[in-house]
Amino acid sequence: MASTIEGATGTWEYVIGLEVHAQIVSKSKLFSGASTEFGSEPNSQVSTIDAGMPGMLPVINMTCIEQAVKTGLAIEGTVNRYSVFDRKNYFYPDLPQGYQISQFKQPIVSEGRLVIEMEDGSEKVIGIERLHVEQDAGKSLHDQDPGHSYVDLNRSGVGLMEIVSKPDLRSPEEAAAYVRKLRSILRYVGTCDGNMQEGSMRVDANVSMRRPGEAYGTRCEIKNLNSVRFMSRALEYEALRQVDILEAGGTVAQETRLFDVGRGETRSMRSKEEAHDYRYFPDPDLLPLRLEQELINAVAASMPELPDAKRHRFMAEFGLSPYDASVLVAEKENADFYEAVAEGRDKKLAANWMISELFGLLNKAGKEIGESPVSADALGELLDLISDDTISGRTAKEVFAEMFETGKAAGQIVEEKGLRQVTDTGAIEAVIDEVMARETQKVAEYRSGKDKLFGFFVGQVMKASGGKANPKMVNEVLKKKLDG
Amino acid sequence: MNPTDLTIAQARDLLAKGELSSMELVEAHIDAMETSRELNAYITETPEMALAMAQDSDARRARGEGNGLLEGIPVAIKDLFCTKGTLTTAGSHILDGFHPVYESTVTANMWRQGAVMLGKTNLDEFAMGSSNLTSYHGPAINPWKARGDHRARVPGGSSGGSAAAVAGRLALGATGTDTGGSIRQPAAFTGTVGIKPTYGRCSRWGIVAFASSLDQAGPMTRSVRDAAIMLRAMAGHDGKDSTSADVAVPDFEADLDKGVKGMTIGIPKEYRSEAMAGEIEALWQQGSAWLEEQGARMVEISLPHTKYALPAYYIVAPAEASSNLSRYDGVKYGLRVEADDLLSMYEKTRAAGFSKEVKRRILIGTYVLSAGYYDAYYLKAQKVRTRIAEDFRDAFGHVDAILTPATPSAAFPADEPPSDPVAMYLNDIFTVPVNLAGLPGMSVPAGLSGEGLPLGLQIIGKAFDEATVLRVGRAIEHAAGFDTRPEGF
Repeated sequence: MASTIEGATGTWEYVIGLEVHAQIVSKSKLFSGASTEFGSEPNSQVSTIDAGMPGMLPVINMTCIEQAVKTGLAIEGTVNRYSVFDRKNYFYPDLPQGYQISQFKQPIVSEGRLVIEMEDGSEKVIGIERLHVEQDAGKSLHDQDPGHSYVDLNRSGVGLMEIVSKPDLRSPEEAAAYVRKLRSILRYVGTCDGNMQEGSMRVDANVSMRRPGEAYGTRCEIKNLNSVRFMSRALEYEALRQVDILEAGGTVAQETRLFDVGRGETRSMRSKEEAHDYRYFPDPDLLPLRLEQELINAVAASMPELPDAKRHRFMAEFGLSPYDASVLVAEKENADFYEAVAEGRDKKLAANWMISELFGLLNKAGKEIGESPVSADALGELLDLISDDTISGRTAKEVFAEMFETGKAAGQIVEEKGLRQVTDTGAIEAVIDEVMARETQKVAEYRSGKDKLFGFFVGQVMKASGGKANPKMVNEVLKKKLDG
Repeated sequence: MNPTDLTIAQARDLLAKGELSSMELVEAHIDAMETSRELNAYITETPEMALAMAQDSDARRARGEGNGLLEGIPVAIKDLFCTKGTLTTAGSHILDGFHPVYESTVTANMWRQGAVMLGKTNLDEFAMGSSNLTSYHGPAINPWKARGDHRARVPGGSSGGSAAAVAGRLALGATGTDTGGSIRQPAAFTGTVGIKPTYGRCSRWGIVAFASSLDQAGPMTRSVRDAAIMLRAMAGHDGKDSTSADVAVPDFEADLDKGVKGMTIGIPKEYRSEAMAGEIEALWQQGSAWLEEQGARMVEISLPHTKYALPAYYIVAPAEASSNLSRYDGVKYGLRVEADDLLSMYEKTRAAGFSKEVKRRILIGTYVLSAGYYDAYYLKAQKVRTRIAEDFRDAFGHVDAILTPATPSAAFPADEPPSDPVAMYLNDIFTVPVNLAGLPGMSVPAGLSGEGLPLGLQIIGKAFDEATVLRVGRAIEHAAGFDTRPEGF
């Protein structure tokens, strides 16, 4: 779903490419044995290697490499059996070595792709240029003391995957869908926890504006976007800024910009002229990385079902709508929960209950599926009570609310509250007779052609039965009696 | 006999027989260090540690333990090796006050083999130099003097302090590192033996890096046998260094005396030039004759890309150095010159902390890696490097070792160094190709110059064939009958 901007002089189209930095799930850092745990005391997880001590040498953590291979396969990329670690040289206090070990000319993965789905159900393939592995820098803290800056090296040396898309994205919505989809895939394969708040996933966005179909314009890079919402806002702001410049006859300066969340603006960080010359060269402390085909095969064999495959299976085998399938597969935990609920039950019923009831209450409570007070088994039991007509769908909603609140089982709530629905035809007929006897005027109006009153009778009957009458049976018997 | 005059092998045997204690050996060395401070061989002396280590060694021996290769042997450590808790300077102002919290793999290996540390030896700053004149701690002085000339001579560099300590009887052996000749050139200048093993033979972990793809540690001793003993103690695969080779370390001493009979030894014609000093040429021919007399077949070989080695080296080594030395920024350890903002702090710290020679190499290295110059310089130099390695590979298809001079001249006076940096760099002309190819090379003292200063011959071997290099070196040592003692020491 491309979105365009209507300027004073005509239509402008977005051209967006994203660089996503995803922290690799691994117990230890990319080149040292130090822990990667988040939220520890500053500088408590720093080896002499991460601190750039003299004479210290990096050794590749193969767990991180296997994670990168897994991710490469998940984005349908080519895993390169020969790749090279380079040094990217620049000075900064939170970069203790004076260089970042990254991959420049020969990344571990090239040429991948990812399919995004838009809300209107359309799909689009987004090209991925490359995935390379690199080490993270530490963190500079400027707000601890008026006269000094502090450096926390806990993050220094943590393994990252930089995943670079092609400039295939045409709107902030597409960019958002791309990041969400990538995050979903990373979480499926377990190579990044996707936690943007903790910084384990960060986005740099390259954006330029052009007349539809024309050549690319000059781009700006917006650094370090740490939420999908901020990214969208930053892209929208930046697009308008560039269009204003272009429409005034100016030229956009190629530069790196930062998004000021408070002001909702991007502002210049450094111009092209001030850009670093990183003086990349192969790190002589590390041999080129050679991967055995067996390792790649083993990783491929350990690959879980990915969201796209799962989505198609849910549609094909379970008859779910594209939208429902997308919603359910976005998070692996949700999909697993759904499959447990749906096992041996009505697939669509299960999907509806997950999406409208369970997700609704979870959202309201601000909880993840993992924290749900209602387990998959418990929800399944509730659905069984609906399917065997023990309770109506409507009653089920009440029961579910209580399950969510108290953690009690559906059956127990039904028994305690006497919610078992009435399916005895005689009992239902008696209630209907009573209602019809009371509402003779309305019966006459109905019989004289006011069909719409049927709903009124259903309501009255349900009310009189205390909500327990089986609605389907009420409908049938009522119809027969009124029409009779 | 003064215990400081023993070789490692002799001391080892006396210690084993109980005719000498490590304590006696160490005390004699501590005395010698005190009386020879004018050599400025050590930056840091560690006598208390040496005595404690000697005491431990003697105690181990008394318990019937202590069968390490260097049990009780006092050695000096080039101040480029990080030693836990002991000041480590790399000869630079910028590492002021730096006490590592870790021990380099090579020194740890040696301590495990029972060696005793006497102190940390002087060196050219960050191992960049061939004279020891670039040390922040003042130059080390060569114990040798020219006949009738009392001017101080340089001990060579960068491992000049180690060479001076070994030649001056201030240690039985010393560690060196060699990036372009930093073990072999000072060994040649001081009449000592120095071997740079195959790249990957000794772990680089914990050695302050100069040029990572070229740096290699090795021993400096007063005999080839001692070099064999010490190298075995230093070497070995280390999982902490990705470039360390997983190759077994043989007993280099085992075949030392088997001679060169039946060996084919190459004389590379490209190492001969019009400019070569007559006495160097004569020494080389003498060496060749000695080997021939002992049954080796001497053949002329060609290493056609030799002339490109020095220029290639002076691109690759500074490039790596410019990056390796980025970590000395005043932020984490060592020198910091305070300033109003970050950039000024960096600039002032690095301006004050590095000497002219180090700055020159950082500038060269930064330049050759810059956008737009990388392909023309760095990439080209790497291609040259490949050619040079191929030259050697081809030659080793039909020779067992190669014989060349170690240096183009004898030690020069400290107050009259080569006039410009390039002239100084020419000191490494015979040694640099060996580093570029990653091969083992050794300098063995073979005679005296006309002025009475030591001269060395270089033996180059196949990768991981240090055993042959040592054997050939032993044959030259035997034939030369060189007296390693400088006058007055």
